[in-house]
Amino acid sequence: MDLKEKLVSSFLAFENRVDVETPIHDVRSEAIKTFEAKGFPTKKDEDWKYTSLKSVLKSDFSVFPKQENAIEYTDVKKYFIHDIDSYKIIFIDGKYSSHLSQTTHDGIDVCLMSAALTKPKYRLVIENYFNKIATKDSLSSLNTAFSQEGAYIHIPKNKLVEKPIQILHFSTGNEAALMLQPRNLVVVDENAHVQIIERHQSLTDNPVLTNSVTEIFANKRAIVDYYKIQNDNKNASLIDNTFINQKRESHVSVHTFSFGGQLTRNNLNFYQNGERIDSTMKGITIIGEKQHVDHNTLVHHIEPNCESHQDYKGIFGDNATGVFNGKVVVEKEAQKTNAFQANNNILLSDKASINTKPQLEIFADDVKCSHGCTIGQLDESAMFYMRSRGIPQKEAKALLMYAFSNNVLSSVKIPELKQRITKIIATKLGVNIGFDL
Amino acid sequence: MSKYTEDDLREELKTKEYEYGFYTDIESETFPIGLNEDIVRAISKKKEEPQWMTDWRLEAFKVWKEMTEPEWANVRYKKPDFQAISYYSAPNSKPKYDSIDEVDPELLATFEKLGISLDEQKKLAGVAMDVVVDSVSVATTFKKTLGEKGIIFMSISEAIKEHPELVKKYIGTVVPQKDNFYAALNSAVFSDGSFCYIPKGVRCPMELSTYFRINQAGTGQFERTLVIADEGSYVSYLEGCTAPSRDENQLHAAVVELIALDDAEIKYSTVQNWYPGNAEGKGGVYNFVTKRGLCETNAKISWTQVETGSAVTWKYPSCILKGNNSVGEFYSIAVTNNYQQADTGTKMIHLGKNTKSTIISKGISAGKSQNSYRGLVQISPRAENARNFSQCDSLLMGNECGAHTFPYIEAKNKTAQIEHEATTSKIGEDQIFYCNQRGIDTEKAIALIVNGFSKEVLNKLPMEFAVEAQKLLEISLEGSVG
Repeated sequence: MDLKEKLVSSFLAFENRVDVETPIHDVRSEAIKTFEAKGFPTKKDEDWKYTSLKSVLKSDFSVFPKQENAIEYTDVKKYFIHDIDSYKIIFIDGKYSSHLSQTTHDGIDVCLMSAALTKPKYRLVIENYFNKIATKDSLSSLNTAFSQEGAYIHIPKNKLVEKPIQILHFSTGNEAALMLQPRNLVVVDENAHVQIIERHQSLTDNPVLTNSVTEIFANKRAIVDYYKIQNDNKNASLIDNTFINQKRESHVSVHTFSFGGQLTRNNLNFYQNGERIDSTMKGITIIGEKQHVDHNTLVHHIEPNCESHQDYKGIFGDNATGVFNGKVVVEKEAQKTNAFQANNNILLSDKASINTKPQLEIFADDVKCSHGCTIGQLDESAMFYMRSRGIPQKEAKALLMYAFSNNVLSSVKIPELKQRITKIIATKLGVNIGFDL
Repeated sequence: MSKYTEDDLREELKTKEYEYGFYTDIESETFPIGLNEDIVRAISKKKEEPQWMTDWRLEAFKVWKEMTEPEWANVRYKKPDFQAISYYSAPNSKPKYDSIDEVDPELLATFEKLGISLDEQKKLAGVAMDVVVDSVSVATTFKKTLGEKGIIFMSISEAIKEHPELVKKYIGTVVPQKDNFYAALNSAVFSDGSFCYIPKGVRCPMELSTYFRINQAGTGQFERTLVIADEGSYVSYLEGCTAPSRDENQLHAAVVELIALDDAEIKYSTVQNWYPGNAEGKGGVYNFVTKRGLCETNAKISWTQVETGSAVTWKYPSCILKGNNSVGEFYSIAVTNNYQQADTGTKMIHLGKNTKSTIISKGISAGKSQNSYRGLVQISPRAENARNFSQCDSLLMGNECGAHTFPYIEAKNKTAQIEHEATTSKIGEDQIFYCNQRGIDTEKAIALIVNGFSKEVLNKLPMEFAVEAQKLLEISLEGSVG
């Protein structure tokens, strides 16, 4: 039985465990039908031309983990940004771990999707926001069908959240192969401000496939900073679908740091429903071995006077493959749009490859839209300069690569997170330097 | 005097009829409509082709029957009915002419209206013209001069008879019969086209040129061009097109194959001004063309195109950089107005070491048109030190048109250096204001700015074409103030 059949048939089992008398369940039933009709995307789909899920889907994934697993904080401390105070929403094999988490209902809601979907006090928010911007493509639909657990964050008007929120998903490897489908909802009301860090971490080499959907609603003048750390084990795959709906004058930035995993696919979609919106999406990808990272971005400029900035840097070694597929759509009404898109790549090995497709679709005339895309090598003369001053080759190379990706790091607003990313980069590049030159 | 406004311009543009919309009444010999194996055989027989050619066509026809029309392009149109087209039409006065005076005077008058009278061309430019009206070559000039150098420049049907060994060796090597739907169709039913062979080490002394015209009502035009530049040779080839005004959609599915052997250089320039349909988007030519060149070691192929016509354009002149140190270039201006749709670009396939490619594409959209750039830069794992530079700029005039960019970049070699940049903008009000201030009216100012925008590409055209192209740009864009 292939994974698709397995998922469709296990939906019946899923129905036995949840309340089927709610409007949410109608959404789920609709979604499973969509998934059944569409199936998993293949290379024949234009959006998946360069990324094949075939090798990922062949494991015999268990869809529901059998038992609850516990892990000790000391074992996983290193995966947290632990040197700062933060709210934490922790999941172990898809199940909420109250023992590791630190949630709150004090003025803001930082809690669980399962609670939000069932408790009446969240009903209004769920009705207004749940599954409102997630697209009806097959993978998002699949997630919607099984949506039950994940993070639920609601920041009311004029609230500045002092501490960042960390969302961590651990998989223990107690199952031979595990499929996870977390569903997150983030609603940030007028003038509110929140910072969120998300990470998926597998603790063993057993295959894990995560198909995650996050919906973010940034209302008037809200500020949202979202950071995704992807540095997983070699048998862990992640399909991350993020949908962001912005209202006027809101600022949303998403930083994606992809340093590992078997296959990582980031579908990042921004919809600008208002004027004077600012959207930023940045990413650093440093991978080797046979890893595959695919960034698929969409910015939909619907109203006038908005901006979007995209900056993705990629360094690919060994047999790694990188894909960048960025799309900027500017509607006829979206005059005075300023959209910028950059994708710079370095190939380190003969077997590494990069496929990039930065697209512009523009229907308005008074706009400033540009994109740039490069594929190249490290600057020989810069290398020589450093070597001639006694910096060893490896370190010199690492310094250059760090400098190459620094543009993205410079806009990270949490200093501890920046330090952590810097450390990961140093490890990735096999050097032991701090880069604080 | 009241200000010359955007609306005035738009109005003027609307009423501007297609200048070259006339129809030559030459008695044509036209095949019944429809396509089947017999028609393919009949075309081949009519052209007195050898058996191998007939077989080649039939093979293509077989493949074509199995294929479906491609739908991936960013264009929308009513699919042509391939059984409602006549696949062969030839001007009746078929015998060859020794001198230009013998050519049907009505035909000559047609060319005169186009401003390219043979006489004038002969005298002025030193251009050898292989004039194609409805698929059969009716006049070939300067053949002698070329003959002395050993250059073969003739219609492809003549070449099949006179130089079968060359045609047989090269036809379909760059664009195979089963390459795509339209290439297969063309391979099966091509009626005529040009053939050019430049021998080893010869530098072709003049620009070779062909004028294609779709003339007969309801006849598709399926041109086949084959240009072979032997080792160390050089040729510059021009292709220009204008078509009479017709209401039903006309189909043009040409195939152009260029082969540049070691150290050879081919420069292929096109000015395309087919009937784009009227202001309501009715009528116009469908232009589905497959153009591709193959570069051997140290060879260079340069495509330059100015696309102003056709209702739907679907065209990707490509270079296969097979040999080491070979160079591919693509310079393009695509202008769309009213309801025109263009999906055009190039493919640069880097296979050899130290290969270089440059892509400069300028898209200008006005009215309700859609203009897309679609390009592929592919660096194969063996292509060490490949270099590519791409630049795609779009200019939008009015907010009812669209400009789209779909660049595909695939690098599989770490030494590759690829740069791609694209911008979209409109004509700045300050630029217009600057011109107005200095007494240049808005319309002229736009022409000036568009000219500047397209300069990089226009400069690459041979002199004879550059003037015409500049004029065309002005005509196509008049009144489209941004």
